[in-house]
Amino acid sequence: MKTTGAGLSAPGLLFAVAGLAALLSPFMTLAANRIVAGEGIFLWNMASAGAVIPGAAAVLAGLGLGLLQQPASLRFAGAVLGLGGALWLLTQGASSLLAETGEYARVSPAVGFWVLLVVLMLLMADALTAMAPRPLTRGAILVAILSALGLILWSGALSDLSVMQEFASRRDAFLRETMRHLGLAFGSLAAAVVIGFPLGILAHRRAALRSATLPVLSFLQTIPSLAMFGLMIPILSWVGATLPGARALGIAGIGFAPAFTALVLYSLLPVVGNTVAGLASAPPAALEAARGMGMTPGQRLRRVELPLGLPIILTGLRIVLVQNIGLAVIAGLIGGGGFGTFVFQGLNQTATDLILLGALPTVVMALSAAIVMDILVDLTRRTPKDKT
Amino acid sequence: MIEIDSITKAYGAIKAVDAVSMTVETGTITVIVGTSGSGKTTLLRMINRLEEPTSGEVRINGDSTLSVKPHILRRRIGYAIQGHGLFPHYTVARNIAAVPRLLNWPKDKIRARVDELLELFSMDPAQFRNRYPAELSGGQQQRVGVARALASRPDLLLMDEPFGALDPIIRTRAQEDLRHIQRRLGSTIMLVTHDMEEAIRLGDRVAVMDGGKLVQYAPPAEIIAKPATGFVADMVGDVERPLRLLSLVPLSEVVEDGAAEGEPLPADASLRDALSACLWTGRNAVPVMRDGATVGRVTLTAIRERAEMRA
Repeated sequence: MKTTGAGLSAPGLLFAVAGLAALLSPFMTLAANRIVAGEGIFLWNMASAGAVIPGAAAVLAGLGLGLLQQPASLRFAGAVLGLGGALWLLTQGASSLLAETGEYARVSPAVGFWVLLVVLMLLMADALTAMAPRPLTRGAILVAILSALGLILWSGALSDLSVMQEFASRRDAFLRETMRHLGLAFGSLAAAVVIGFPLGILAHRRAALRSATLPVLSFLQTIPSLAMFGLMIPILSWVGATLPGARALGIAGIGFAPAFTALVLYSLLPVVGNTVAGLASAPPAALEAARGMGMTPGQRLRRVELPLGLPIILTGLRIVLVQNIGLAVIAGLIGGGGFGTFVFQGLNQTATDLILLGALPTVVMALSAAIVMDILVDLTRRTPKDKT
Repeated sequence: MIEIDSITKAYGAIKAVDAVSMTVETGTITVIVGTSGSGKTTLLRMINRLEEPTSGEVRINGDSTLSVKPHILRRRIGYAIQGHGLFPHYTVARNIAAVPRLLNWPKDKIRARVDELLELFSMDPAQFRNRYPAELSGGQQQRVGVARALASRPDLLLMDEPFGALDPIIRTRAQEDLRHIQRRLGSTIMLVTHDMEEAIRLGDRVAVMDGGKLVQYAPPAEIIAKPATGFVADMVGDVERPLRLLSLVPLSEVVEDGAAEGEPLPADASLRDALSACLWTGRNAVPVMRDGATVGRVTLTAIRERAEMRA
């Protein structure tokens, strides 16, 4: 690997510069109430020197560790230290700013914090790439990070922040919409697997079905998501009104059913397409040998095609899951529930913090799902050639 | 005994295999040789019903192959193909155990059979059992492919260009190994190749296919000495015919009393080897050895007489 100067990491240098710029930008926003635009507050005006200096020092030390070329584990430690410092600054700033202002005042992170967060997460990702941890280690790191996040939120250290105040006044709704969001994303994934997996196996076996199915599913995929959710309204309200018993099942033009249906339709292409591609990835000579030694079509599928295609099939499920967690936000628009509810309420009220209350959990959920699915994909690659 | 009875495969008006009949004796190697498109692979694949014959039938030890379901039939017939066809996600042991597992053999019987075969193919079981195909050399992969085909002690082993993907030096060794193992196990093998050299070296009998028809079915010496058609003669190669013929005759057949100078040759070496040794070292005769003792000599004159006998 090429080193710059005396063993400096080139991306680390970039992160350090960007991180310094972030520290010099407005770190938090103070607003008189939840609707009006606030004013940016710089780090040095945010709280007492005794509160700011330890945090800023931790961030600087973290960025400094990130400069090192080797070992990558020190860069990872730098990212963790930096994130700790940034969170410290956030809590100190929030409590000190609120102490000086009126009852309706709101504090929230500003551009400086967000840039610092992105820079430190990139540093962490860069260090993790270099460390190349085994799948189970990656799982442990994810659990540790999510636990730390949960612990910080539960401790109330961030409860002065505006977005957490929005949460505090909507605790029950938040829990309900979280379950709804998970239900939409995972439920539509499950339904897409139940429909798409057998369809993919059939399409793999019959070229005619394959050439008929995949273009139709590709076409569905090209419909813009807003239009798709919109289209579901007339279709499902007609079904609800016409089909006896449909309304009793909760099928109507708005609500959970149309949102769920739209997500399932979007999910079919990755599921069917990757099932077909996965099953087709078995070497032709191995399949010929399997047939020649007397395996039935079912045995060939179970013993050869499925195990060899599983990583590709799971990659399809990964695409679906991450895509649906994001798309389910739009379900809020047609009353489908989920985190989108907060996003669209926030948009209507021009309350940025309410939008964040919907958007941030969505991002965390999608990232976690992507990491977990990547781990599963790696665990199913069983041949040594693929392990590298 | 394998009886192929007037078997035909037609694709529309084109007959890929046209009324071929032949009998293969148990415990022999039969090599089907022909150019591409001659129908040799189709003929082989009709024996384990990877292709269904349009008409005619195949009998193995008197039983028609049409009397059982194809996948049951195939479990009784070993099948080895070019490029080995090993399962990349299975270890060597599991690859070899594939057919015994389909036949529900008990576990310890399978394990013993896997080790027995690995040893037969000169691969240390402890070292190779748990490797994956990607961790083997080309020659090792090919041997595991053949071991897998032999695992359930099949009535018949079909091989479709099994050595086609190997480089020439490894190919010669693989052919020798196959011959050796076949002699030891007494297996019945039918092998398809486009290489007449391979056919002559391996075959107890050689079947030459041309345009879907069986044009000659005879022992290799007869194929070389009396090619039935111009096509067979072309396949053998007119110029090399005497050399091919010599390569079939062991020294033990023409050894005579007398002494000769220089490095001796073993009695099971071929006349072709003796000719080569004479020309290379400028001798008129080479000594012949058996079990460490000189038993006589082979002269250039004797080699010439033998080459002219049937050419």
